Amino acid sequence: MSKKTPTQKAVKGKGPSKSISEKLLLQMYRNVYATRQFELKCMDLYRQGFIRGYLHPYLGEEAIAAGSCAALSPEDYIVSTHRGHGHCISKGADLKLMVAEILGRATGYCKGRGGSMHIFSKETNNLGANGIVGAGIPIATGAAMGIKVRKGKEVVLVFFSDGAANQGVFPESMNFAATFDLPVIFMLENNHYAVSTPVECSFGNCDLACKGEAYGMPGICIDGNDAMAVYETTKRAADRARNGEGPTLIEAKTYRHGGHHVNDPGLYMDQDVLAEWKARDPLEVLAGKVKSKKKRKNIEDRVESELKDAIEFAKQSPQPSVDEFLAGIPNF
Amino acid sequence: MAEIMYREALNRALFEEMRRDPTVFVMGENIGERGGSYKVTEGLLKEFGPERVIDTPLAEATLTGAAGGAALAGTRPIVEILFVDFTTIPMDALVNQAAKFEFMSGGQGHVPMVLRTQGGAGNGLAAQHSQSLEAIFYHIPGLKLVMPSSPYDAYGLLISAIRDDRPTIFLEHKLLYMTKGEVPDEEYGIPLGQADIKKEGDDVTLITYSYMTLKCLEAAELLEKEGISVEVLDLRTLKPLDQEAILQSVGKTGRAIVVHEACKRGGVGGDIAAMIMEEAYDDLDGPVLRVCGKDTPIPYNLELEKVCIPTVEDIVEAVISVT
Repeated sequence: MSKKTPTQKAVKGKGPSKSISEKLLLQMYRNVYATRQFELKCMDLYRQGFIRGYLHPYLGEEAIAAGSCAALSPEDYIVSTHRGHGHCISKGADLKLMVAEILGRATGYCKGRGGSMHIFSKETNNLGANGIVGAGIPIATGAAMGIKVRKGKEVVLVFFSDGAANQGVFPESMNFAATFDLPVIFMLENNHYAVSTPVECSFGNCDLACKGEAYGMPGICIDGNDAMAVYETTKRAADRARNGEGPTLIEAKTYRHGGHHVNDPGLYMDQDVLAEWKARDPLEVLAGKVKSKKKRKNIEDRVESELKDAIEFAKQSPQPSVDEFLAGIPNF
Repeated sequence: MAEIMYREALNRALFEEMRRDPTVFVMGENIGERGGSYKVTEGLLKEFGPERVIDTPLAEATLTGAAGGAALAGTRPIVEILFVDFTTIPMDALVNQAAKFEFMSGGQGHVPMVLRTQGGAGNGLAAQHSQSLEAIFYHIPGLKLVMPSSPYDAYGLLISAIRDDRPTIFLEHKLLYMTKGEVPDEEYGIPLGQADIKKEGDDVTLITYSYMTLKCLEAAELLEKEGISVEVLDLRTLKPLDQEAILQSVGKTGRAIVVHEACKRGGVGGDIAAMIMEEAYDDLDGPVLRVCGKDTPIPYNLELEKVCIPTVEDIVEAVISVT
């Protein structure tokens, strides 16, 4: 029995659709580019000692967040992961408040209490990054349940990894969602590694999308490095969810451009495979689809200036007040 | 004012809150048509339908995690987990998620969920269906913990727990469901964090909660005949803890004994005893004692089960030893 994961033959989406407007394309390009730059800058800040704890770059996976969030409305919810900066940016977060949070400042999204692994942004209906692998899956399922109870129209999209797909709450949640036709999209970001453990060493069946059908929903495998394919598949899943037809599992195949976190060189990764994936860099793939070089340049310039301001803002921001923190501890 | 059972008081609170607020809903295993194993959710399905009275698949981890998500998305879920013993399965959802979201998000996310469950020994259900695990939740910042002993308290505290914006563990006792007590006809809530003197006394304070309150009251009655005046302080909620009520009572009596069914080692009683020592040492006329369950899994055999749990006699003896 071959358990080899089909890394090279990542299933292609249906190709660029004429239905994708230029506006959407540029929005996705902005988010992929902003995430790329954001992560690179954060890695610099980490090495300069501005950031403590963990930092998990989303480098190489940016198209999944950008493509899927483009298919959601502002009212729709996302639930994110420890590798969550890209999700947060693509859902419309303010870079200033993100950098400030990662630097632990009082002005950050979580007042410096969460850091990189816990960014939560109420204004964009981002129910938070999460430090526990897989924990967001039942949270998203429940959010969809809550929406149904209050007769809302929103959809919930939860990002999680191949690693999380081995947690028990994943099959449990798929079963929940399918049982009650919940408006939730399971976005499985298959980056092929759970920290350092390759997919083919931790699954009896490396076709992860097939789990969807097993639990009563469509399971679709797509090229996660192609933002347009991600957009189109998510759009169909979101329409389905909004129409009360229930959940969808999307397996978006991608590859980390480096190790698990900023200090992990990822030496266990197959360098030839990595090179193949880098040759299909999601940023390059999407750049090739934005015909106007001028528009691309405009976006890039704007992102860089926005990011520069965000970093400046974060560095200038005050540390949280210790007195205020202590005074806020409830006397339980 | 009607005399009703503990489980009926809880049931009434659920009906009233679900009528008042359309975002309140209940979910759990076998809570719909069957009305739950202890009949607390009986009748809800008929009035509110399957959209708000949700019989879920048997999956405690996801059921509890989902409650957190539903709460974040603007509803007020009430989850029923059949036995507190089963709350070990969704620990991540409670300890790492529900308890921490408000904090981690810098106050942006609220988790107004209630997890109803029940614990305690006495029904011959052996080691995996008889535990008293409140100390686990007591230890976790961000959770509230309610353990009512009477129908009056059960109703008023459940009303408040549902309206509270923080995740609350509402821990019932299997031997209390059929106990009766007076409950006013009008709606009322009991603030979380307010202990109640169930019996006034001057010589010693019994600090207790849940089913042990009944045993303490029995012991107090026996001791009264011996000329010892016992105050029984029912904490009602362990978190927030009504430290003031404890210190006030101990200040009056000068003697304190903490009584709970859970194992002594690492139990809530140790924390309360230490708090009294720290805050009221000068008021004490003797050591703070603990009368607690034995440090053992609960056995099946009736006679073996009995010796694991504090008896009225154990409480009486402890009181006599300090007075």
